[in-house]
Amino acid sequence: MTDYYNVSIRKKDKQNSTSDSNMLEEDKKEERTTSVDLSTDSSLVIDISDALSEKDKVKFTVHTKTTLPDFKSSDFSVVRGHEEFVWLHDRYEENEEYAGIIIPPAPPRPDFDASREKLQRLGDGEGTMTKEEFSKMKAELEAEYLATFKKTVAMHEVFLCRLAAHPKLRKDENFKVFLEYKQELSVRGKNKKEKLGGFLKGFAKGVDEVLLSSQKDADDFFEGEKKFLVEYHSKLREATKQSDRMTRSHKGVADCYIKISTCITALATSEATDFEKFFNKVSDIFEKVRKLEGRVASDEDLKLSDLLRYYMRDTDAAKALLYRRAKCLSEFDNANKALDKARAKNKDIPGVSDGDYYEVVS
Amino acid sequence: MAEKREPPPDLFDAEENLSEDEPLEEPKPAEEKDADDVQETVEVSLDNDESAADEDNEATKSEPTVSEPASSDDPDPIESKEAEKEPEKPSESSDTPEEKVEEDKSEDKPKAAKPKVSFEIEEKEDEEEQQDEQLDEEELEETDEFDLEIKVSNPEKVGDGMGAYMQYKVTTTTSLASFKKPETSVSRRFSDFLGLHERLNAKFLLQGKVVPPAPEKSVLGMTKVKLGKEESTSADFVERRRASLERYLNRTAAHPALREDSEFRQFLETENLPRATGTAAFSGGGFKRLVKNVGDTMFNLTSKIEESDQWFEDKHIKIDALETQLKKLHQALESLVNNRKELSTSTTVFSNAIAVLSSAEEHSSLSRALSNLAEVEEKVDKVIQNQMETDFYVLAELLKDYLGLVHSVKLCFNQRLRVFTNLQNAQQNLTKKREALVKAELASKSDRMKQCKDEVNECERKVEKCQEEFKEMSKTIRKEFARFERNRTKDFRAAIIKYLEALMENQQQVLKHWEGYLPEAKEIA
Repeated sequence: MTDYYNVSIRKKDKQNSTSDSNMLEEDKKEERTTSVDLSTDSSLVIDISDALSEKDKVKFTVHTKTTLPDFKSSDFSVVRGHEEFVWLHDRYEENEEYAGIIIPPAPPRPDFDASREKLQRLGDGEGTMTKEEFSKMKAELEAEYLATFKKTVAMHEVFLCRLAAHPKLRKDENFKVFLEYKQELSVRGKNKKEKLGGFLKGFAKGVDEVLLSSQKDADDFFEGEKKFLVEYHSKLREATKQSDRMTRSHKGVADCYIKISTCITALATSEATDFEKFFNKVSDIFEKVRKLEGRVASDEDLKLSDLLRYYMRDTDAAKALLYRRAKCLSEFDNANKALDKARAKNKDIPGVSDGDYYEVVS
Repeated sequence: MAEKREPPPDLFDAEENLSEDEPLEEPKPAEEKDADDVQETVEVSLDNDESAADEDNEATKSEPTVSEPASSDDPDPIESKEAEKEPEKPSESSDTPEEKVEEDKSEDKPKAAKPKVSFEIEEKEDEEEQQDEQLDEEELEETDEFDLEIKVSNPEKVGDGMGAYMQYKVTTTTSLASFKKPETSVSRRFSDFLGLHERLNAKFLLQGKVVPPAPEKSVLGMTKVKLGKEESTSADFVERRRASLERYLNRTAAHPALREDSEFRQFLETENLPRATGTAAFSGGGFKRLVKNVGDTMFNLTSKIEESDQWFEDKHIKIDALETQLKKLHQALESLVNNRKELSTSTTVFSNAIAVLSSAEEHSSLSRALSNLAEVEEKVDKVIQNQMETDFYVLAELLKDYLGLVHSVKLCFNQRLRVFTNLQNAQQNLTKKREALVKAELASKSDRMKQCKDEVNECERKVEKCQEEFKEMSKTIRKEFARFERNRTKDFRAAIIKYLEALMENQQQVLKHWEGYLPEAKEIA
């Protein structure tokens, strides 16, 4: 049962992804130019021209148009998976050269599980509802799935666009490889050990952050920014969470209207003609109200929640930057202490090199 | 947004047209249907004068308002006198069938196999009869107009702990002459309402009248109120109960027969009502009710009588279908209310989150815009809450009431079947006794013969009585059903229109709030 639905949706994606996603992207692009400060420089323009959903993977076709001499040709595209995006992001984060730059947050993993699960539940409950109700609910879920899909594509695109717009980040060698190299980058997904490692690292980072945040920065500017960012981020996260919740409940209300509308239609069939007409009209109204409510929900999702989410991730990236700085600072302090100690003991320890790093970050 | 607001007004035009036509057109289809059904079965009529007269009696009898001159369709003065005598009977006969049925149930089950003494007897309504019915119908329409308004207000908690109960003030405003005062107020507690319903049900169900059901007992909800926990939920509960009690009383008052009943009057007017017993959920009475309900269900299961009256067959099917559909719709509405509640809470929380965010925002005009956004969301939340109330009180509760009423209608149908079973039993008895009489005649035992003759006479009378009762009940039920349908149409239309109006009003409010916000959002520099 479920298999069938998955297939049908995938097909739909294939058909629609080219035509529909463009529509949404245009929508998105407009918003982006207002909300994100992208330079209108056209020397390197990147977009995702196509996306295919295969099993649980999504393949993005990354299309590049450039006038920069570094690239071999001026117009080319490659196929990239989500893991490769993450890989690119990690290369940036690891490179000490970019330690003082806000690195655009990596796009979130495509997540269609929620939609799939709902579809499955709908399939299980098929017997309990009327045909129209079922087809309406199914259409609703498919639309939801499609919207998530488009959003995922858009977020991957934004990531690349931001990189391309940055004067320093765009010159990165890995970025070039990512855009140009025709074959797969043979980035495998993290294996278990690495995942565990990543988890531990994240945990360590979290602990460090707490420790560092309590550590007072000598520089008032950084101290103020740090405080602001930490607070702002947590509030944004809360707002995003609540906004999502609100969107969900709005959606729930819209779904209820479907049921009511079909129930009233059913009721109409057993009524006298006058009243039947009346009921049918009422059912139509509920259907319209449903569409309205659904529209409100999707607007909330696209315009409000997504904006909040975007800045939530951005503040997170900025926080990461400050974290890198703070870490550096503490390393520098430690190195200085070690140096002083060593000097006191008349020994020679090469710990000063960290100081250069500190300068880069600041 | 603007074009989206358009459709409703257009629709309302149509609705208003409908409602103008309605009162004239609506009753007709039902009557026509009646006429059709009757004509189908008329062939089998065993008409005699006696029964025709009986039917006239019935017509007047089941027309309960004494103030309404029933003689308009009843030219014979003797008959109308009889009609005045008649109302005594039902109460007397009302006790017996119940007991009889109890016996019947235990004694002999395979009733379907018994000789069918047909519903057709009842169907010998000729043209005159139909006219009669139409007249009745019109009269009913007239008597549906009444000036009696009942309000339930001031819920008050009396006592403490588990013994506590809620007391409500029942205010009646009326211009009916039969009331002592134009405005009366009494204090009543919930169990009084249940008691009233029990008594009305016992009296009128046997006549085949649809008695509006009393609100359900809610042990859980009341316990919460008693314990005084969770202020908001218990306040919600009390308000819901108050509203349902008010609806219950007004629905009862809308019934021409129930409105005139002494019990009902006593309930509205007498200061001190005898304490209702056996209405507590866990009392002996509750248990007895449970047993009786089980008995009813058993009766329904075991007595699948073949319905030879097409009208009743149709209505049975219709009411069953209606019940399932209403149930579904009610469920959908309940989930709408729940979803809306969730939406309201999430909007509140979101509004708070945005307010907090605005305090953290350093950009001053953005911060202001955000805090305004929080305010707007708060206002929108109020609108959502209003909408939720409308969802609940206007639609969901109406459906709940109607589910109850549908159940009452079904009870009436069952009551009719019981009476029919009685009739069949009586007829069977009669056949037996006649056989015994014949045997006795053949054996020419004169003393035995006399006894048998008496018994036969006795049985004949019984059969006659049962037949009459059955006929009368079928007729009442038809009328009641027509009334039920009429009210249902009326109530549903009114509720839906009210709902849509409220919906529109609320959406406009939301629009207003957001439009008010727009310039503020544009202010962000």
